Amino acid sequence: MKLRKERVDRGIKARTEDIFALLSFREMIYLLAPRVVPILILLILTLALGPYWQKVLVSTAVFALLALSWDLLVSTGMVSLGQALFFGVGSYIAGFLNHSFHLSPFLTIPIATIGGGTVCTILLLPVLRLRGIYFAMVTLALPLMLVRVIEATKILGGTEGISGLASLPSPKVELYFSLLAALAVLFIFRRLINTDYGLVLRGIRDNDRSVMSGGINIYWYKAQALWMASAVGAFAGALMTHTYMFVGMPVFELDYSIIPIAAAVVGGMGTFAGSLLGAFILVPLSEILRGVGGLRIVIFGLFLVIFTVALPEGIFHYIQRKYHQFERWVKVEE
Amino acid sequence: MGEGGRMKNGPFLDVSNLNKQFGGVRAVDSVSFELQQGEILGVIGPNGSGKTTLVNLITGFIKPGSGRVSYQGKEITGWMPYKIADIGIARTFQMVKPFYQLPAFKNLIIPLYSPRVKRLAGGKYGDRDAIAIDLLEEVGFERDSFVPFKVASVLPHGYLKRMELAKCIALRPDLIILDELFSGLSMAEVASIIPVIEKLMAEGKTIIMIEHRLRELFRITNRVIVLNFGRKIAEGVPKEVMESDEVKKAYLGLEAE
Repeated sequence: MKLRKERVDRGIKARTEDIFALLSFREMIYLLAPRVVPILILLILTLALGPYWQKVLVSTAVFALLALSWDLLVSTGMVSLGQALFFGVGSYIAGFLNHSFHLSPFLTIPIATIGGGTVCTILLLPVLRLRGIYFAMVTLALPLMLVRVIEATKILGGTEGISGLASLPSPKVELYFSLLAALAVLFIFRRLINTDYGLVLRGIRDNDRSVMSGGINIYWYKAQALWMASAVGAFAGALMTHTYMFVGMPVFELDYSIIPIAAAVVGGMGTFAGSLLGAFILVPLSEILRGVGGLRIVIFGLFLVIFTVALPEGIFHYIQRKYHQFERWVKVEE
Repeated sequence: MGEGGRMKNGPFLDVSNLNKQFGGVRAVDSVSFELQQGEILGVIGPNGSGKTTLVNLITGFIKPGSGRVSYQGKEITGWMPYKIADIGIARTFQMVKPFYQLPAFKNLIIPLYSPRVKRLAGGKYGDRDAIAIDLLEEVGFERDSFVPFKVASVLPHGYLKRMELAKCIALRPDLIILDELFSGLSMAEVASIIPVIEKLMAEGKTIIMIEHRLRELFRITNRVIVLNFGRKIAEGVPKEVMESDEVKKAYLGLEAE
């Protein structure tokens, strides 16, 4: 007698994928809980934590934005190893505008978002035709090149960076603004990818030849996705600039490229919620490990390895499955 | 009904002296042929004779080494695939690669979202889902038993092939290139697709069919070209073509002189 694990959809999920009538209060809770509970937890955290951990929360939101941006690119079939490019360009635009023209952060951040998105898209436009690892290599190289350009030409403060920048009005504003931004981007991206427009983007990832033979200019769509992703990355950068009141060469560091990828992989790719979740696990974890000293990176790396081996699908996919389906063992007829 | 309704003098599709070399292999070797509007042309030949490469050359997926392709009097050699699709040349792929996790009708959204379809519909897309379901019904997805709503991963191969055809029709093309549409299908499944093709012919579409299934192909076409080692070795009415010595040699696997 053999046993087989059977997975059965439960509740609303079993009836339909996207249109449903709520039949009871229970069903409403079933639908709302996964959306409301995390936001409530976040709210409680912002109220309960001290100033130091509130700063950590801001930087978590920043990494979450970078991870969301990475996830959108991957959903369109572009693997980026250079989220630091978007981050750095956004940071420097915001820093430069604030330093030279004394613009308020509420102007520099939107300008850096749109301008940074545009600059990064133009920089990557020539390689939009490359796929997979070739595209990835270029994105990896660009931030490393830009940082050397700044070092060699001593523009934008050179190795010193630009300090003494304006901060957001208060730490509270900073905190809620960054968290709301991450949630808003999550919401928009999740909506977007399930529209017909998003379907075209996913089509490019899965089978770009078929999309082309459908009469659709895939490079135009890739450029649009790239712009959205890099604008989000640049926004994260601008936010960080005004949080630290400083911008310098470290914004192009590899951390800003690698941690977002790790967050998306640990959290679960392609869902956006997974990327956010991943960032909210990894960034605080790396803060906690600061006390460990020299072995910090080793432990952090070990954690990543364990996670990818034990849960290759990502935490979010796992939780989602457990939430929407129940499992039972059934006998297999021989 | 398409944009290319106005026929210029000269052939609808003119392929002249097309060449493509992969390394030392001449995949397509000086192939020329013409196609009139509303005609249906069969392209046959043994495995590896360059049929699919020919399709890829016409539809822009591969750039030719030399030679030219003109469509409705306009040279389209070396254009990007989406531009070629945009002017009304649609194709199917030999390998079906649908979105397995999506319902069948959602698989048709991509062509229905194209600039061409919007233009032909007068600047509006309309209800894409409804159009997709209608198209699937046209190629034999039983709406009454909700087949268009089923996830692609549970559909049999025959349905996936028909879905591929529906994707092609969704673009409202003037020239349709079907790359081995019948391969891997049972006699019954093929029999269910043939009326769809006959309907397209009745609508005045021009069709090129790459096929291995000669018996079924000869039922719907009265002109074929035969490729072997990338060269066109015969052209004409199916019956006469199959009688020619060179074609017999190619199909029997004898060394071609």
